[in-house]
Amino acid sequence: MEKFDKLSGIAAPMPLVNIDTDMIIPKVFLKTIKRSGLGVNLFDEMRYDRQGNEIPEFVLNQPAYREASILVAGDNFGCGSSREHAPWAIADFGIRCVISTSFADIFYNNCFKNGILPIVLPEAERDALMEDAEKGANARIEVDLEAQTVTSSDGEVYHFEIDSFKKHCLMNGLDDIGLTLEKAAAIDTFEEKHATERPWV
Amino acid sequence: MSPKTLYDKIWDAHVAHEADDGTCLLYIDRHLVHEVTSPQAFEGLRMAGRTVRAPDKTIGVPDHNVPTTLDRANAETMTEDSRIQVEALDKNAKDFGIHYYPVSDVRQGIVHIVGPEQGWTLPGMTVVCGDSHTATHGAFGALAHGIGTSEVEHVLATQTLIQKKSKNMKVEITGHLKPGVTAKDITMSVIGETGTAGGTGYVIEYCGTAIQDLSMEGRMTVCNMAIEGGARAGLIAPDEKTFAYCKGRPHAPKGEDWDKAVEYWKTLYSDDDAHWDKVVTIRGDDIAPSVTWGTSPEDVLPIDAVVPDPASFAGGKVDAAKRALDYMGLTAGQKLTDIEIDTVFIGSCTNGRIEDLRAAAEILKGKKVKDGMRAMVVPGSGLVRAQAEEEGLADIFKEAGFEWRMAGCSMCLAMNPDQLSEGERCASTSNRNFEGRQGYKGRTHLVSPGMAAAAAITGKLTDVREMM
Ligand code: SF4
Repeated sequence: MEKFDKLSGIAAPMPLVNIDTDMIIPKVFLKTIKRSGLGVNLFDEMRYDRQGNEIPEFVLNQPAYREASILVAGDNFGCGSSREHAPWAIADFGIRCVISTSFADIFYNNCFKNGILPIVLPEAERDALMEDAEKGANARIEVDLEAQTVTSSDGEVYHFEIDSFKKHCLMNGLDDIGLTLEKAAAIDTFEEKHATERPWV
Repeated sequence: MSPKTLYDKIWDAHVAHEADDGTCLLYIDRHLVHEVTSPQAFEGLRMAGRTVRAPDKTIGVPDHNVPTTLDRANAETMTEDSRIQVEALDKNAKDFGIHYYPVSDVRQGIVHIVGPEQGWTLPGMTVVCGDSHTATHGAFGALAHGIGTSEVEHVLATQTLIQKKSKNMKVEITGHLKPGVTAKDITMSVIGETGTAGGTGYVIEYCGTAIQDLSMEGRMTVCNMAIEGGARAGLIAPDEKTFAYCKGRPHAPKGEDWDKAVEYWKTLYSDDDAHWDKVVTIRGDDIAPSVTWGTSPEDVLPIDAVVPDPASFAGGKVDAAKRALDYMGLTAGQKLTDIEIDTVFIGSCTNGRIEDLRAAAEILKGKKVKDGMRAMVVPGSGLVRAQAEEEGLADIFKEAGFEWRMAGCSMCLAMNPDQLSEGERCASTSNRNFEGRQGYKGRTHLVSPGMAAAAAITGKLTDVREMM
């Protein structure tokens, strides 16, 4: 997994609340058996018309935001299904960080498995960054995972909270499975005890 | 011992390892897999030279993509990419030696219906699946939640999940439901009350007399939509009804094991003085047959209400409501019962069980679907389908003018050809009314099975109580 430490980039504003996983990556693109290549279909139904032409008003189609690496989003981003295709598409497009007031649980977890940092900020701070993002390509937002800060283009610094284990894995690009397999002995012991106490499982 | 909630008890019984910061390895008792979210996970195992740690606890069934037409045995009814996914699951199941119900098996169906039906899901277990509606299994007092594909791979390889504990929320439904009001209306009303992010960070336990009154089918409907309320999982404490449902199922314990299991299951309830981080109470008697008007499951109202004015909301919801009305082709102030529909879908893991089909058939008996409407029933599993045929429900549906399909997810998410076309409006017993969920620019109104049947007869959203 790609490491995440610092990021400086253009932020695209998406103020809509409850942006769901069907919007992020419509189900027609779930038929792949690969993880890559989904970026062109990120937000497909908002981004293209039925003929496949870009809808110019959509934020990621505007010249200022085509290279965005951060999303500033409305409340409850990523609600809906468990599809990891959503973070795969986001990462494949080149977005490494999403900022909102809240995220749906499964989506939030999925981000960390794909080198994406989801940042939760209070409403007022998210709103300030949304305004900043609306300035377009001249406004670069900086994210520092180590320091747990987001800095707006005019130098305003916002602190965010993050689980220490998730931070550690993201900063070092660690593979969860490898880490867990190091604890195989604990799993073995538990499994034995569990099987004795609850043999029907 | 300090008092515990049901969630605390199941959690404590499954912690295989706990790090200093509270990050746990939670042992997983049942892992369900389907064709859409698993191919990359199995591929990951292969590339790393890993195996499935507990194939006997891993159950696969294709459901999302499979055609539900009667001629589906013919592989050509599937599009190329769907077929590749289903074949990949066939192969992975064989290569890794997991339990499997292929499309040709009468027990095939929606993974969340097959699990309980086959007795894989039992009280006190931890159950995961690469699907958000895994919450369904919480109806048994099992801790069940959806995971992403990386986590699917993690569970396949280690039989554990890296987790931190969630907070406890109690949702109590007091009193008793009025006639015509169902489990679906309970679960939609809860989301209407708390919002789609209201449960974020929590595991919900549903309790109260109105929940106890429900059958196991109804309880599954309630827990199914815990995820629409943002919760990690929904739970209902097991009781005699739960035990009776499990008894005799193919993979339920037998003999001495059964007695031992029941003895343990009886300890699975929240202690009287357990701590709750949040409590929501709703009077069951106040719940009306409900319907969604917008494009988020929280956009829910009693059937006798009118389409709301976006200006009546606050914050980002004002724009979202405007967008929803535009998408749905509705105007503020319009009576919900004046909304005309052209499609009815009865099925999904929310309402695709036998009791749901009975409720719909009850309303449809001797009636006809309104001219020009498309109406379909997609049973949740091959066994539900067989039972409905035996009970004569299939005939009622067919005589009324419904299509009687094979089991699968179908128009719940429209990954197979069962889709709405642009602008088409559907009364659906599924769980999501997102933009495009049932087809590009399709419009979805979520309702209970009885309400869906009533709408099929009148061609409009209809108060089922007027048809009873
Ligand atoms: S029926 Fe619908 S919600 Fe249930 S598993 Fe299938 S697609 Fe998901």
